[in-house]
Amino acid sequence: MDFTFEKKHELLGRTVREFAEQEIAPRTPEIEETHTIPDDLLQQMAELGFFGVPFPTKYGGAGAGETGYCILMQELMKGNPSVACLIGAHTSIGATAIYLDGSERLKQKYLPPLCRGEKIAAFALTEPNAGSDAASIRLAAVREGDSYILDGTKIWITNGADAEIFSVFAVTDKTMGYRGGHTAFVVEKGFPGFSLGTIDEKMGIVGSSTAELVFEGCRVPGENVIGQVGMGFLTAMRTLDHGRHGLGAGCLGGAERVLKTCLEYAKYREQFGVPIAKKQAIQFMIADIITEIEALRSLVYRVAWLADSGRPYRQLGGICKLFGSEVLARAVDKAVQIHGAMGYMRDYPVEQMYRDARITEIFEGASEIQRVVIAMEAFRKLGVRIEP
Amino acid sequence: MNIVICVKQVPDTETKIKVKGGQVDHTETKYVVNPYDEYAIEEGLRIKERLEEGKLTLITTGPERAKDALKSGLAVGADEAIHLVDEAFEGSDPYSTALILSKALEKMDYDIVFCGKQGVDEDHAQVGIILAELLDIPHVSVVTKLEIAEDRKSIVAHREVQGGHEVVEAPLPAIITAQKGLNEPRYASIKGIMAVKKKIIPEWNAEEIGVDKDMAGPGAAKIKFTEVTLPPERVGGNVFDEDPVQDAIKVAHLLRDEAKIL
Repeated sequence: MDFTFEKKHELLGRTVREFAEQEIAPRTPEIEETHTIPDDLLQQMAELGFFGVPFPTKYGGAGAGETGYCILMQELMKGNPSVACLIGAHTSIGATAIYLDGSERLKQKYLPPLCRGEKIAAFALTEPNAGSDAASIRLAAVREGDSYILDGTKIWITNGADAEIFSVFAVTDKTMGYRGGHTAFVVEKGFPGFSLGTIDEKMGIVGSSTAELVFEGCRVPGENVIGQVGMGFLTAMRTLDHGRHGLGAGCLGGAERVLKTCLEYAKYREQFGVPIAKKQAIQFMIADIITEIEALRSLVYRVAWLADSGRPYRQLGGICKLFGSEVLARAVDKAVQIHGAMGYMRDYPVEQMYRDARITEIFEGASEIQRVVIAMEAFRKLGVRIEP
Repeated sequence: MNIVICVKQVPDTETKIKVKGGQVDHTETKYVVNPYDEYAIEEGLRIKERLEEGKLTLITTGPERAKDALKSGLAVGADEAIHLVDEAFEGSDPYSTALILSKALEKMDYDIVFCGKQGVDEDHAQVGIILAELLDIPHVSVVTKLEIAEDRKSIVAHREVQGGHEVVEAPLPAIITAQKGLNEPRYASIKGIMAVKKKIIPEWNAEEIGVDKDMAGPGAAKIKFTEVTLPPERVGGNVFDEDPVQDAIKVAHLLRDEAKIL
């Protein structure tokens, strides 16, 4: 066993860390105020290759694997969670749906501009009646000649207002249900009949856009079907399974940033004549944060190693997302407590960390769904079948 | 245009330096590329981009770990890197370091040689200057702006000096030492980082570059460290919070008589 990073990954980590500290973090007030990530920052990230880290070079990616991608997410999250979220949704679900199941032609057409960051991707699965229950989508896709006509809406789509390329999941055969009746499509923002609906205001990650997508007789060429007609649900699940460890990695970076903030604060904040760092009540909270961070680090990079060495990692990826988001949740909760009233004030960063962290327990598979899937898998091995 | 950049691997400025047995203890040190060398690399890249031709070669002398500094430079866009490595080189002072570099450079083609103006570890600020002497070529130090003449045979270098600004002309080949302000170094792209693995870094030893064992290492050093000590630990400050007028007088006295800065 060898737990050390390769030189290239060390260098990648140091580069992204410096970039996040020096170029991203200082833009946070602007991002919070404008609810958007400045174009020049996205441009800079595109030039450095942040938009295609795990994908092979033949599609314009960096070929840095899942390990490289996890390092990227970990470091970006320390810079600004909205930025990490944009890159995460773009890479690990938006573009990944095309990468995993798209035809060679689709991959050649869409992945290079996505990897170069010229276009941003989004993953459109959720609908008003289909959240955790993704099998209940209703967006209709009806075949007409060589095309499909899409009608319906998607909601709460991360990157919705910024993306130009959408991986969209629709019902092509109502009678078949999700097994055989759902199909995935690549939809371009410019396709006639496609428009943006409500842009949502959120509790946190306000720089990352969340939007409603409206399809009104939206014509999508048949060649834009991702994978096989009728196999869309599988594509959706495979994509989500593929993306979960990246989220865990983001949570790791987020928790590390929280820890750093707490250590600094506890060092200089004095109560009862001593820095609060000397109080066991504070030490215990800090020790718990550190312990969980270290457990999460091992988990994240074990999953990345499994993925990069071609071993199965699906179940562990879900465990990583579940544990990571909850480690971060516990860390931000303790951080507010350590900071006291200061942790509750808008003028200090802990308040934002608390708001930004909350979504990680919800999107890309809520904690409850993760638990169900983990249990399902355990019982499946014993021959017991559970439906969510 | 052949551009050679001498780089040094130095402890990360965030590393807490420890001293053990009269020497710096590097067991927990993390290393980075000397920040002034980063300006040098960036300037080399910009010259190459401006002229739309040229080759950037990095050289360093140092132990095995110094290869990482070369890799960092390759990741941002240098074309090649050469590692001058030999047990005989270890413990060299600025003079023998410059000598090793000069012997390597004699085997290479160069039009401009860049160094950082100093290494941020030992701060000798000598290698570039001695190297120019050994190669018998012009040298311009602490450069903050650099222009290459149209015929590519000379340079105009700007230097910030006490109370003024100097503009110096020099024929090529020449040695430039880079000062902060010369440029803003770029970040390595992720593709650049991934491509480093494919690059082969040749190693040149003492014999290959013609450095005799008695020309380098501690034996050949012209300077010796007799002692290394940490700066005195900062002691807690004094608080003056009684009468503002009396306090001001007390502080003024202390600044004059104890701190001796008035």
